[in-house]
Amino acid sequence: MERTFQGIGVSPGVARGTIYVFSVAEEVVPEYDVKPEDVARELGRFEQALIATRQQLHELQARIATGIGSAAPSSILEVHLSLTEDPALIEQVTARLESDMKNVEFVFHDVARKYIRTMQELPDEFFRERAVDVQDVTRRILRNLLGREQRLLSNLPPDTIVLAYDLAPSDTSALDREHVIGFATDVGSHTSHTAIMARSTDLPAVVGLHNASEHVHDGQMAILDGYSGTLIVEPTQQTLFIYGQLEVKRHSLQERLDGLRDLPAETLDGHRIAISGNIELPDDVPALSRVGAEGIGLFRTEFLYLEKDEMPDEQAQFEAYSKVAKGAHPHAVIIRTLDLGGDKLPAGEKIPSESNPFLGLRGIRYCLANPGIFQTQLRAILRASADRNVRIMYPMISGVAEVTQANELLESVKHDLRQEGLPFDEEIQVGAMIEVPSAALTAEMLAGEVDFFSIGSNDLIQYTMAVDRVNERVANLYEPTHPAILRLIRNCVESAHNNGLWVGVCGEIAGDPIYVPLLVGMGVDELSVGAANLPRIKEVIRRLTYREAQEVAAASLHTNNGCDVLAMLNALIQRIDPDLLG
Amino acid sequence: MTIFRQTPESGGAQVATKEVTVINKLGIHARPAALFVKVASKFDSSIIVEREGEQINGKSIMGLMMLAAGAGSQLKLIAEGRDAEDAVAELEKLFQRKFDEE
Repeated sequence: MERTFQGIGVSPGVARGTIYVFSVAEEVVPEYDVKPEDVARELGRFEQALIATRQQLHELQARIATGIGSAAPSSILEVHLSLTEDPALIEQVTARLESDMKNVEFVFHDVARKYIRTMQELPDEFFRERAVDVQDVTRRILRNLLGREQRLLSNLPPDTIVLAYDLAPSDTSALDREHVIGFATDVGSHTSHTAIMARSTDLPAVVGLHNASEHVHDGQMAILDGYSGTLIVEPTQQTLFIYGQLEVKRHSLQERLDGLRDLPAETLDGHRIAISGNIELPDDVPALSRVGAEGIGLFRTEFLYLEKDEMPDEQAQFEAYSKVAKGAHPHAVIIRTLDLGGDKLPAGEKIPSESNPFLGLRGIRYCLANPGIFQTQLRAILRASADRNVRIMYPMISGVAEVTQANELLESVKHDLRQEGLPFDEEIQVGAMIEVPSAALTAEMLAGEVDFFSIGSNDLIQYTMAVDRVNERVANLYEPTHPAILRLIRNCVESAHNNGLWVGVCGEIAGDPIYVPLLVGMGVDELSVGAANLPRIKEVIRRLTYREAQEVAAASLHTNNGCDVLAMLNALIQRIDPDLLG
Repeated sequence: MTIFRQTPESGGAQVATKEVTVINKLGIHARPAALFVKVASKFDSSIIVEREGEQINGKSIMGLMMLAAGAGSQLKLIAEGRDAEDAVAELEKLFQRKFDEE
């Protein structure tokens, strides 16, 4: 029987295929009493679970060794293997079994949780982060104890729609890119990993489906609609027919958009905007080339780190950056230095090791607090810049001092490279990401220290409005058109232009057709968006005059509430090209 | 295949101790801890690692990671068993080799 789940469409497109349920919500761990004579049996189950876990880890190790060919991930598996035979852990579980007389999964879950909590409270961040390894392994052991199978995202049948409670970077690093055609998750938002990854791989995605993963089974046929944010399981003939019609319509739009590939993003009256792409992984570059991106406006480097679970060495980073720089040549690549913290924690575990991670040690703060890691990355970026198409961007800048400090480290790294005779771009452009209100307000002062600004609108809006938009109770207050946001953006653009800098927007609003006339009208020079959104952004620009964009921007800045601005923008886009909102 | 370890024999026990300093930049994080456990587990002797009065089982990676021994930390290795001297000597080499990290 047909069943529809409503979520949030976060990456456009429609996929028709077979469901693969990757994960469900947190495992439910039963608790019951056992008799003294059953303790031996419970211990036996524990031993079997540990053996099974070790075998799975060995298999994973073999697969990574043949697949990725890097030593880094298998070294973390060594750590995981070692955890499965940890005598302290085994002794504690054994002792607790004998004293508590509870079933082994309950005891194990409790012991593991205490370890994880203790690790999360270690004062040193670097050690604290390793709690994710303990969590990863103990979850694996627990699943084996509970008799649940471990699922993978590699080697899937063709036309697979992945349905999961949530997807973490560690899950998707081994993704079968050939056979997966869409993603659906129970939780998440426009800015969660699933959404970002789907947009950069140009696949449809729907998040926020609540409890869909509990009601849908492997092998069920489904339609995933990334436009309307729906997952339709076992669709009827009628639904299939309707989708067939819609596909024809979208196909003709798509053909029109495909035709734009080699045309410039230029308004009807000749104002040129640069449109570049946001990427997560070096493998995302070809998708951008296919849609005619003018370079890469945001290369998020933390995924290098997150998928391997530890910082790759300079050479591995250099190779990854060089690959992207070569792939984008002659266009430029803006490499954003590590932006860990906040919602991006190693191995994707959303454990707040700080009581308020979004206001904690993240972005440039993390880098300045870990100069060793930062300098290694800067060295790798500089070495990849020899062809002069690489730029550096610092995330989460909140004031001038951070930029100065980061630039000093950059200069020292340049000095070392000169000494060693290694080539790099002496005039490499350096930019600040503007995503903290204090930076947006002091853009004039920051302008003296950098070559460009890139506005990270997701965080800028979140921090300015004091709204976590993943929180359903306040998400309605997340308003990109709020007068405060418009003023901050205007201030950035004016400060940049007064000082001869260029300014881009790399947040989500850059990829949404409705906000594009506003951004263009305010004078933004560059928009950096996911590959999936790029053609429609170009289409908006090509159907607009710079004059009407400036008029709508000026009118928006005189409007005292965001809803009216949105209505105005909506009317404009309806007039230009209503199909684009499809 | 068995995972549960036998309790170490402490008959004919010798005790060996050694003070070591962590000199690799990143300290005893996950990978060095795994290496330490691998080496320690080759020996029959029990291995204790002590840092600022806190003692942990040197064959437990969890224990080692919880010590959070960063660069410059002073640790004491205490082995007890028939191969205690060899155990301490080989573990000390790991520290000198910076756990093959640098």
